[in-house]
Amino acid sequence: MTDLIHLSADVLARKLAAQEVSAVEVTQAHLDRIGAVDGAIHAFLHVNTDEALLVAAEVDKARADGDALHPLAGVPIAVKDLIVTKGQPTTAGSRILEGWQSPYDATVVKKLRAARMPILGKTNLDEFAMGSSTEHSAFGPTRNPWDLDRIPGGSGGGSAAAVAAFEAPLALGTDTGGSIRQPGAVTGTVGVKPTYGGVSRYGAIAMASSLDQIGPVSRTVLDSALLHEVIGGHDPHDSTSLTDPVGALVEAARMGQVEGMRIGVIKELQGEGYQAGVLTRFHESLDLLRSAGAEIVEVSCPNFRYALEAYYLIMPSEASSNLAKYDGVRFGLRVVPDGAPTIERVMGATRAAGFGDEVKRRIILGTYALSAGYYDAYYGSAQKVRTLIQRDFAAAFERADVLISPTAPTTAFKLGEKLDDPLAMYLNDVATIPANMAGVPGLSLPGGLADEDGLPVGIQLLAPARQDARLYRVGAVLEALLEETWGGPLLAKAPAITESAGGK
Amino acid sequence: MAEINRDDVAHLARLAHIDMTDEELDRMAGELAVIVESIKTVSEVAGDDVPATSHPIPLSNVFREDVVGETLSNEEALLGAPDNADGRFKVPAILDGE
Repeated sequence: MTDLIHLSADVLARKLAAQEVSAVEVTQAHLDRIGAVDGAIHAFLHVNTDEALLVAAEVDKARADGDALHPLAGVPIAVKDLIVTKGQPTTAGSRILEGWQSPYDATVVKKLRAARMPILGKTNLDEFAMGSSTEHSAFGPTRNPWDLDRIPGGSGGGSAAAVAAFEAPLALGTDTGGSIRQPGAVTGTVGVKPTYGGVSRYGAIAMASSLDQIGPVSRTVLDSALLHEVIGGHDPHDSTSLTDPVGALVEAARMGQVEGMRIGVIKELQGEGYQAGVLTRFHESLDLLRSAGAEIVEVSCPNFRYALEAYYLIMPSEASSNLAKYDGVRFGLRVVPDGAPTIERVMGATRAAGFGDEVKRRIILGTYALSAGYYDAYYGSAQKVRTLIQRDFAAAFERADVLISPTAPTTAFKLGEKLDDPLAMYLNDVATIPANMAGVPGLSLPGGLADEDGLPVGIQLLAPARQDARLYRVGAVLEALLEETWGGPLLAKAPAITESAGGK
Repeated sequence: MAEINRDDVAHLARLAHIDMTDEELDRMAGELAVIVESIKTVSEVAGDDVPATSHPIPLSNVFREDVVGETLSNEEALLGAPDNADGRFKVPAILDGE
């Protein structure tokens, strides 16, 4: 049954509907794969075997009884461990939440359950989603299936690696500055950050509330569209949730048409700092889109050069405030120093023991940026830059229907390479951050392998707010053209991962 | 714009309720100085005529009907608490004993 793990969610759904395979067989095949390779990859922090098989068995019974089922019923999925789930631990990759279980489900998890998609488990991430490599997880890094010595991106390295290693056909991620798209780029998978507010954030543990967004992770553009339609839509539990309907995303992906569309190349997101092999693949993608009838135009977004600076003020400011709730009182870790300490000393000791270095850095930075005397100069100025970035996008979208850039400036770097240099780590997100600052949707898809290292390169598409469908429409065309040149999906070129009997 | 030094970091760590060792304060001060240096030009980019954006997609006030929605039971709310008593969160002393 190992063949089942290589199928897309779309094909699995059709085989399930035709009763060629059972949901239990599909779910078991993925659990077996997790057992065989996750010792090497470490994509999962928790494997949800019993519940996943139970849901799968229920789907099989409902199908046998002739009940109406959601098209993705029985297609298994992995969930980033930043999203709360009843009946499974949620750690956010942090010691401070180790062993904690949420008393409620995130809205997106409720929607997965309503569609009867078996949840395979919870995937690894940088602590509280703070990082670009998954190395800041308190429970050890995830490894890139293309090269086990390299990072799978972050913060959602677990979800991307799980999908790339065929441990799951689909996963959920969260994207605050690129945490869905950059892992997609370096693992040769697809990841989408929807329009801000397009998918409910209720039950996603907050990092930076004005930037955070849940989105789909998959191996194909169509599969992301299928999942996006499951999780999208208005949720009264999230006051920032948009009331717009989700839109015909699957239809857009199936249609896949770029003829006559204007695709804008962002001048500022290429050149210096971008690896040669990344730029070569990027220009190939532009040629392919041109050959399919798209008009390639150049657009300039001059204020994008300040996006990283503004992001590293807004994000830590909001994070320092959001993480104040981890005080050893209502949930999670409590460390009690010797003697008869007051609550203040307990908080100091609990947060010292429970948070890792990167989380502490960002809390201190955010506390600094928000403190009296600095607020206007730092947080206030960063919010003005945010306006300038939105204006750049507005001007660019007058000249182009979608924008395009490399997703990340480089391919996957080695584990440990940038761990001691926070600033170098932050630069990974230079091309993905502008979308979060403006709330616009973005999609990353595989663009091929860089010549110098044979590692995946990501191509990023960006659309105006509420126009997520355009990403799928263009993404599906580019994916099809690229796969034609490769003779199949990019992941077919990935080295085999040695299966071991041990694992989980 | 001001630099950030070790005393600042010690003060901020106290405000943020994170105990730090001397070694941690030294290291954190060095790292934060580099980060602050790299982001300080942000205040020079936009003039007074540029309005601030706090939220990427503008929404007007969001209200709901004033009726009881889904809530957690007392037991559920206390499930993840490090300590509880009589259906409440139990905390260490708030004031130093005299």
